[in-house]
Amino acid sequence: MEGSVGYDNDLNLRATELRLGLPGTEPVSIVRSNKRSLQQVADDDCGVNGCKSDDQNETAPPPPKAQIVGWPPIRSYRKNNIQTKKNESEGGGIYVKVSMDGAPYLRKIDLKIYSGYPELLQAIENMFKFTIGEYSEREGYKGSDYAPTYEDKDGDWMLVGDVPWEMFITSCKRLRIMKGSEARGLGCGV
Amino acid sequence: MQKKTAYSFPDEILEHVFSFIQSGKDRNAASVVCKSWYEIERWCRRKIFVGNCYAVSPTMVIRRFPDIRSIELKGKPHFADFNLVPDGWGGYVLPWISEMAGAYPWLEEIRLKRMVITDESLELVAKSFTNVQVLVLFSCEGFSTDGLAAIAASCKNLRELDLRDSEVDDLSGHWLNHFPDTYTSLVSLNISCLGSDDVSFSALERLVGRCPNLRRLLLNREVPLDKIANLLSRAPQLIEFGTGTYAAELRSDVYSNLAEAFCNCKELKCLSGFWDAVPAYLPVIYSVCSRLTSLNLSYAPIQNPDLTKLVSQCPSLQRMLVLDYIEDSGLEVLASSCKDLQELRVFPSDPFGEEPNVSLTEKGLVAVSSGCPKLQSVLYFCRQMSNAALVTIAQNCPNFTRFRLCLLDPKIADYRTLQPLDVGFGAIVEHCKDLRRLSLSGLLTDRVFEYIGMHAKKLEMLSVAFAGESDLALHHVLSGCESLRKLEIMNCPFGDKALLANAAKLETMRSLWMSSCSVSLGACKMLGQKMPRLNIEVMDEKGPPDSRAESDPVDKLYIYRSVAGPRFDMPPFVWTMDEDFASELS
Repeated sequence: MEGSVGYDNDLNLRATELRLGLPGTEPVSIVRSNKRSLQQVADDDCGVNGCKSDDQNETAPPPPKAQIVGWPPIRSYRKNNIQTKKNESEGGGIYVKVSMDGAPYLRKIDLKIYSGYPELLQAIENMFKFTIGEYSEREGYKGSDYAPTYEDKDGDWMLVGDVPWEMFITSCKRLRIMKGSEARGLGCGV
Repeated sequence: MQKKTAYSFPDEILEHVFSFIQSGKDRNAASVVCKSWYEIERWCRRKIFVGNCYAVSPTMVIRRFPDIRSIELKGKPHFADFNLVPDGWGGYVLPWISEMAGAYPWLEEIRLKRMVITDESLELVAKSFTNVQVLVLFSCEGFSTDGLAAIAASCKNLRELDLRDSEVDDLSGHWLNHFPDTYTSLVSLNISCLGSDDVSFSALERLVGRCPNLRRLLLNREVPLDKIANLLSRAPQLIEFGTGTYAAELRSDVYSNLAEAFCNCKELKCLSGFWDAVPAYLPVIYSVCSRLTSLNLSYAPIQNPDLTKLVSQCPSLQRMLVLDYIEDSGLEVLASSCKDLQELRVFPSDPFGEEPNVSLTEKGLVAVSSGCPKLQSVLYFCRQMSNAALVTIAQNCPNFTRFRLCLLDPKIADYRTLQPLDVGFGAIVEHCKDLRRLSLSGLLTDRVFEYIGMHAKKLEMLSVAFAGESDLALHHVLSGCESLRKLEIMNCPFGDKALLANAAKLETMRSLWMSSCSVSLGACKMLGQKMPRLNIEVMDEKGPPDSRAESDPVDKLYIYRSVAGPRFDMPPFVWTMDEDFASELS
């Protein structure tokens, strides 16, 4: 893992915003709180502490509201059960654990807040401060030591990106960023 | 030692007297009266509660109490429930199980909360404690159904197996098959947290059918509605029941079977489950409603009028958990129908939504506070609050023991006056003299903490987020709240001065959690040096604290008293600030 990023008290959340919602949503006022809290965006999305502030792509607009870790204080299994009045497909979150070989601790993310693989991978890259290579169907992820994998409902480990997105989010149980030869092994077989 | 005078009792008599003292606190008090009482008491203590598994070591417990039959252990801090404690933090139960395996072969009850328990640990439990009767794993993780299979296979005397809110790796539903056919002692089973698609239903049916003393059965979501009737008919003696998914196509045979099954459960008092509930099947429980003392609809997406109609039929309710679909109007009905209500929890159906999706405001809570004179415990999520409402609530309910208010926007002001909510919460602590637990939210200045320090003399647990302006806030609490045991704070702009000024207070408490506050590394180090009986644990994902300046704030801080010294099972992102910290790093 990279060395520690300096603690930036003046981090402008908007400038470093990473996708928390679907593209096309307009940003509304960010939750008012003291500066430090804005730096801790939810586990569900990318840790602002690890943001690549300069490379930030502004192609998708920032989310309506920055989620704060731990607020509101609702337990994960309740969050997963929540259904909105609006429509069923929007209801509930899909929280999965994300681990990276060699990283000290796991994160949890909500797969529902990403609209596709590029967003998800970018989020994971930012969360763990590394780069995933370029994906191709035949050769998996090239150009990096890491490959994002997931465990599906049947307990098999698959390469992220091999199945259509909708199928992925319903079958993914957990994510693991594999490193080294194990990663290459998966990446080469399709 | 002094020879016994004519006035002292023989040991056996004292032991007999002590056997009537069940409360740990009372026993602790008795044990410090004199050395002989200490000795007698420690030999006959059977039940022990360890509120923080790192406050004491298993060796020390075993050394003092040679014959324990019931143990309760708690691990991670409470904020772990909200993802504030990273995975791998700790709370492992294996060291305890390993040592107790040799020392307490007659252990009967194991209750764990927020601990990590592996299959290996469960297998060790199964192997070492042949007499285990109660196994409660509350918000635990680290194990799979394989571990449960080991318990099922070996624990012949198991009465209670409760996995509430635990994270279990579901490898196979067949663990239920491991209960031998001769096993009939089950009294309470809570598997509501299991996700597996194949909790072997036939095994469950057979198990339920052969356990005549089964009183409590909480199923998991995967059990379909059309299987419930059959199950209930095998256990009409149930007192507490949790359904699985409560949705199915409306079919008259399923409907009538269900209605009949519920009707035959003459002792049913508590209902829960109701995942995905559809209104069509609600009336099947009407026959039970008048007897219900506890109803948990917090997973049911039922809305008014169905929801209110259901509630209005439950006049005996003492405990109600529900989503905010109940709205103010439903709470008014609750207030007029349920005069025995003691506990109310209202959860948000759309906590991250921009706009309110339901009409639930402070008015609902005011109505319940006014209509339910026995109301003692409240957990309420809503989007607006006023000081006036809080004052009214406080005056209506001076008997509150637990009051937790969560405004979805954590720094929102009184919506009518745009003032901070200091006065409102001040009224709560002033009127509710028996308040033991309080959670604050909304726009709050140092003022509210002044009120808390002044009035909340029985307060044991305080949760604070996004509140206060200066160290005075924390100082008021630490210096004023005499009974404070647990303090958890997130995202507040204070720290150093108050902590250092009240360092001694921290030894009288179980623990203090502070995350995203203004506590500097230097202050943590100082505390670590000053207070050897406190473990000062700093958590930071960015790297070791020595790579930063003394004045830099720490990310997360967890301070707890301990007679066991710093722990050795810390993950790479946790550092202990003890006297050796500075030298350890050089």
